Amino acid sequence: MDKVLIVDDELGIRRLVHHGLNAIEFELYEAPDGESALRLTATKCPSVVLLDLGLPDMDGVEVVRRIREWSCVPIIILSARDQERDKVEALEAGADDYLTKPFGVGELTARIRVALRHVSQAHSPAEPVFRFGEISFDLAAHIVKRGDEEIHLTRTEFSLLAILVRHADRVVTHRQLLTEVWGPEFTEESHYLRVYMGQLRQKTEADSAQPRYLITEMGVGYRLKSDESN
Amino acid sequence: MRRERPNPDELLERVQAEEAKQTRGRLKVFLGASAGVGKTFAMLSQAHEQKDRGVDVVVGYSETHGRKETDALLTGLEVLNRKSLQHRGVTLQEFDLDEALRRKPQLILVDELAHTNTPGSRHPKRHQDVEELLNAGIDVYTTVNIQHLDSLNDVVAQITGVTVSETVPDSMLDRADEVELVDIPPRDLQQRLREGKVYQAQRVETALQGFFREGNLIALRELALRRTADQVDAQMRSYRSDQKVSGVWATRDRVLVCIAPNRLGARVVRAAARLGASSHADMLAVYVESDRQLDRPAEEQRQAQEALRLAEQLGMETLSTGGHDIVAEIIRIALERNVTLIVVGKPIKPRWREFVHGSVVDELVRRSGEIDVHVITGEPEPIRRRPRQSRVHQPATGILATVAVTALTTALCYVARLFLAPTNLVMLYLLGVAAIASRFSVREAVIASVLSVAAFDFLFVPPYYTLSVADSQYLLTFAVMLMVALLISGLAIRLRRQAGLWQSREKRTAALYRLSRELAKSRSTREIAAIAVREIGSVFTADACVLLRPEGSELCVVANSTSNFEFGGSEQGAANWAVNKGEAAGRGTDTLPSSQALYVPLLASRGVIGILGLKTEQPLDAQHENLLEAFANGLALALERTFLAKESQEAKLSAESERLRNVLLNSVSHDLRTPLTIIGGAAVALKERKGDPVELTDTIVEQSERLNRHVQNLLDMTRLDARTVEPKFDWHSVEEVVGSALRHSREVLKGRHVSVDLASELPLVRVDGMLIEKALVNLLENAARHTPEASEVRVRASVERQVLRFEVTDDGVGIAPGDEGRIFEKFYQPGGASDDRGFGLGLAICRAVAIAHGGRAWAINRTAGGASFFLDLALPDHAPGVPLG
Repeated sequence: MDKVLIVDDELGIRRLVHHGLNAIEFELYEAPDGESALRLTATKCPSVVLLDLGLPDMDGVEVVRRIREWSCVPIIILSARDQERDKVEALEAGADDYLTKPFGVGELTARIRVALRHVSQAHSPAEPVFRFGEISFDLAAHIVKRGDEEIHLTRTEFSLLAILVRHADRVVTHRQLLTEVWGPEFTEESHYLRVYMGQLRQKTEADSAQPRYLITEMGVGYRLKSDESN
Repeated sequence: MRRERPNPDELLERVQAEEAKQTRGRLKVFLGASAGVGKTFAMLSQAHEQKDRGVDVVVGYSETHGRKETDALLTGLEVLNRKSLQHRGVTLQEFDLDEALRRKPQLILVDELAHTNTPGSRHPKRHQDVEELLNAGIDVYTTVNIQHLDSLNDVVAQITGVTVSETVPDSMLDRADEVELVDIPPRDLQQRLREGKVYQAQRVETALQGFFREGNLIALRELALRRTADQVDAQMRSYRSDQKVSGVWATRDRVLVCIAPNRLGARVVRAAARLGASSHADMLAVYVESDRQLDRPAEEQRQAQEALRLAEQLGMETLSTGGHDIVAEIIRIALERNVTLIVVGKPIKPRWREFVHGSVVDELVRRSGEIDVHVITGEPEPIRRRPRQSRVHQPATGILATVAVTALTTALCYVARLFLAPTNLVMLYLLGVAAIASRFSVREAVIASVLSVAAFDFLFVPPYYTLSVADSQYLLTFAVMLMVALLISGLAIRLRRQAGLWQSREKRTAALYRLSRELAKSRSTREIAAIAVREIGSVFTADACVLLRPEGSELCVVANSTSNFEFGGSEQGAANWAVNKGEAAGRGTDTLPSSQALYVPLLASRGVIGILGLKTEQPLDAQHENLLEAFANGLALALERTFLAKESQEAKLSAESERLRNVLLNSVSHDLRTPLTIIGGAAVALKERKGDPVELTDTIVEQSERLNRHVQNLLDMTRLDARTVEPKFDWHSVEEVVGSALRHSREVLKGRHVSVDLASELPLVRVDGMLIEKALVNLLENAARHTPEASEVRVRASVERQVLRFEVTDDGVGIAPGDEGRIFEKFYQPGGASDDRGFGLGLAICRAVAIAHGGRAWAINRTAGGASFFLDLALPDHAPGVPLG
């Protein structure tokens, strides 16, 4: 059974999560503020932390930072719409993903599962070939295929896709992508991403204007949705 | 029987006086006939009595003159420290007014009311200090001698032979709440003097012979007694009339005092004040500036101004006007104001002068009709010599010209004598004389006449080459020529003077007109101040500055004609005084007269909004003061106009936002409650296990999504409106923005067929991604809301000539004709019921986003049915390059 820690000052939200999560699958702990969140993370060692950004005693981003000082536990941010800047800040401070309120329980469970999957994949070797839709992505062999046909990706496009695959189903911020593909000096060049993501979509999606897999999280970054979550 | 009505003016005055009395301190004056009667002693004794009763008493200033008994009384009382002031290398001790105000006792003792303060003090006279103390609510005891009273000044001078220079306006005594006469029989006073109780020993004898002569003392005592009696009488009458307010409408006397530009002016004013005071008359002091008087030495004009100022101090209304005929002006004003008595001073001129110039007094008496005239005799007026300086250059040129013209005429006549009769030759000379007379003054005219006559006689009248005359008729010719010359020159001079007078007047009026016209045009405060400073500076040929005090904060200089208008300590003091008290301060006034500039408050209907400072060479005369006041008023009005315009604008905005707020509240309360009600109802039904759970939960989900959208729209609109969010421009791919918007609208668009048509090779665009996504989502939601489920929605994006255009087209019911513009307004709801109306904000948000990007949102009905919505954005920049690879 996986332990889940929900940190939110709103009793209603905590209750929602409590009712929503399958009691067989998850054991739930609740914290109403930042201090107790830190304490419970340390004492109960949850498998995933659901963290609301609007806490009464501490900045949610601060909580992320402090947890990250000694733990890699997956953190999913619960935020309101139009808080892009806060989301990005939290993600760059070490959070793994986010959920926009109001969210459904289905979404929540899906995200939690993704987070847990990544954790387990970190310990055990990942599948060599990642598939989404008709596309297969072979990192080691450096080959991308649609069905049986090989698609030619430029080196940049490949690196970009590789990162998204590595974080499959999780959001990756613009800054992360730019830093990892181009380097730390390029964190302001968001137009690079636009162009290359556009090219990737053209090559891999059926309708690049309405993508199924390479999703744009406006204001935050990009996410590669796998078949499981689709 | 005719019912007497109460005099409303009187009533108002009384009410106002009562009100003022509540907050003002009480003034008690210890009045004495002369020094040494024991005023200070009495004052200090009573102070002790007050102290024993528990009153907070402080000695502000006390001059004991070293008298031992008086000194002794000082012990036991708190004495304020004196302020040290430097003047001409000497350190003088003065009453510290600020300290007194800070200390704020209940009662303060201030000796010697008539004292003149050292320059550098806030007020020139101590009685003004006392005024300030009273206005601050502090009770004051003070002392004064009868000889210091303004109106009695000259009487005392007559009696004692001593003109006292330090005077106190009568108004101070009149307004005192209590006047106590400290009296002692003259013999006793003399005895005290001998005992050394008044002055130091060596001055006693001289005093006894001089000021302290028995005759003097008796007379002074009588004055003091009488004045006190008047005071008591006035109090009694006031008390009496208080009791029968609804009583008689008193007919008041109206006295007009004529002020002439001579030394007598002040005396006439004082005498008139005395006359008027006893009958409670309305007093009006008039100075008529005649063109004749421009010739008078400046000294006399200044005296006239001083007399006017004195009149003002004594509580009279003053009027300064111009005209050619002084008497006519005075009579006109007298008739206009229903004057009952005219007071005029009569300098005794030598007869011949009176003969030539006429006597104003005589004329006045003759033409005053029903009005009484009271004539005050003065001292003989010394015949003034015209000051030399102003005439240094003129005589030379004048006489030269005279001689030249006469010589010319003579030459002409010599030539013409062969064919012209002597009578005609005379005409030529007359012409010459007339020319001289019209150009120069009387002297030259007379000289011209004499020269002409002599030349004519010598050369053209038999016996020739002599000055004797054969035919005595020529004597007539000579006389007439002289008279004509004088007449013409007199006329010419008068004309010139008048022209000069009117010219300067016209210049002033033109300046005022110009100023008001300029001010009426300008919009901003700064502009107005700058214009004012320029115009006023040029009219007065001085440096001007305008200081404003916005919203009760500090005074700051808004416009300055030069940079050397320094703002030192006393300048600031005067400026602050003017602003706070609403009175002029600085140069030429009673407050801080040592300042460099005169500060005039700008009075608008809301009070003092700032001040106008003027740095002139000389202090202004009364006429210029009036002009400055007129300018200041104009300026204040113009400034107030801009303030009011701004306020009205703000009020309009605030009213509009109020309106929107109300609409919003109404809308919100309905459009939030509806989904909430549905959700609540469904939830209750579920709880009670009534109805189809699946359907109910579907409803709850649907309605909560609807609620979420509404709330989101509301938040978006609020943020956009408040402009708290600045658009964050960044490079975006049109494809991504559209894709993201479609993704977010999936739920709303369910069942509809959505086609996406993006132009190929769309460049990257510099927009705020979140805002554009929001706008597109709203357009899609809008399309979904107005179309049935199985309809088509088409999304297009294209770039054409620096414009990025998004288009969302549907085939629904279309827009009501004429509403194409209105639908983008906030809270606009189309008529006719619709399931999910929302607040009517969606399209308004689109418009706001478009505007934030320098573009526009618009819509048209399609001829084939349905409507197309467009979002056009301006695209100035070209996208930057991207490395390949």
